[in-house]
Amino acid sequence: MESMSVEQVKKSVRVYITVFVALMALTMVTVAVSTLHLSVVGAVSVALVIASIKASLVAGYFMHLISEKRVIYATLVLTGVFFLVLMFLPVSHYLDRIFG
Amino acid sequence: MQIPYTSTARPDTGLFNAKLGVWLFLASEVMLFGALFSSYVLLRVGASSWPHGYDLLNVPLATLNTVVLISSSVTMVMSWASLMMKEFKKYRLYMGGTILLALVFLVVKYIEYTAKFHHDIFPSTNTFYAIYFTLTGLHGLHVIGGIIVNAYFWGPGRKMWKTDPQRFTNRVEIAGLYWHFVDLVWIFLFPVLYLL
Repeated sequence: MESMSVEQVKKSVRVYITVFVALMALTMVTVAVSTLHLSVVGAVSVALVIASIKASLVAGYFMHLISEKRVIYATLVLTGVFFLVLMFLPVSHYLDRIFG
Repeated sequence: MQIPYTSTARPDTGLFNAKLGVWLFLASEVMLFGALFSSYVLLRVGASSWPHGYDLLNVPLATLNTVVLISSSVTMVMSWASLMMKEFKKYRLYMGGTILLALVFLVVKYIEYTAKFHHDIFPSTNTFYAIYFTLTGLHGLHVIGGIIVNAYFWGPGRKMWKTDPQRFTNRVEIAGLYWHFVDLVWIFLFPVLYLL
């Protein structure tokens, strides 16, 4: 980011506007889907998929992760691993039914 | 003592130091919110019944707040882009917009909270409200923190633009990283609490 030219920044601004429109559209989609009152599994899946797409857009374009340095990717991969462990801890007791 | 690599990139990381510092801080923030989301999952799968967020909470207000926060993320990134294009007046406009939108978010949250309190609904009411107030309360504190930092860069901190514009641009960039993270957390909080 430190070495971007004015022209590159101008191009990025157009991308930011597109991402903004996409985020707004996805927000409306996720609210609209919630009014359908799907099953728990269906509702959770759709909500999390849409939220993940929105989060990827924010992280990728607004936080410039799409073109970052390796040390940041390495930090985030490590964080992601620990985050997944944290999220699966509460449901890990289901493994007892399989292996227990 | 001079702090090293505030304006230029450190040769081995390719980053100015504060940027790596903020990313490490955000990594710790992921674990903080991750622990609370994990608690939410544990409480929800362990409960015999769990209410639908849309039956108990104000979805239109939360949708409005989602729009407000996403908009503030755009104005934040535009404020950084303005500095990169050496347009300081635009920077002030966009950063001011970011702060205003953040304040709107807090006002809407205040309306939501007070409506609940008027109906005698508190964190102690039940597990759902306990996790709702904890998650949105912690997120709200992060919004307040962001407002303080952004207000400093909009106000007194802007003097650095005249003495060291690159360092000031870098500061705004990493303040933006934090602000987008706050937006990112809300992107997950909104469906998890309000729509499921």
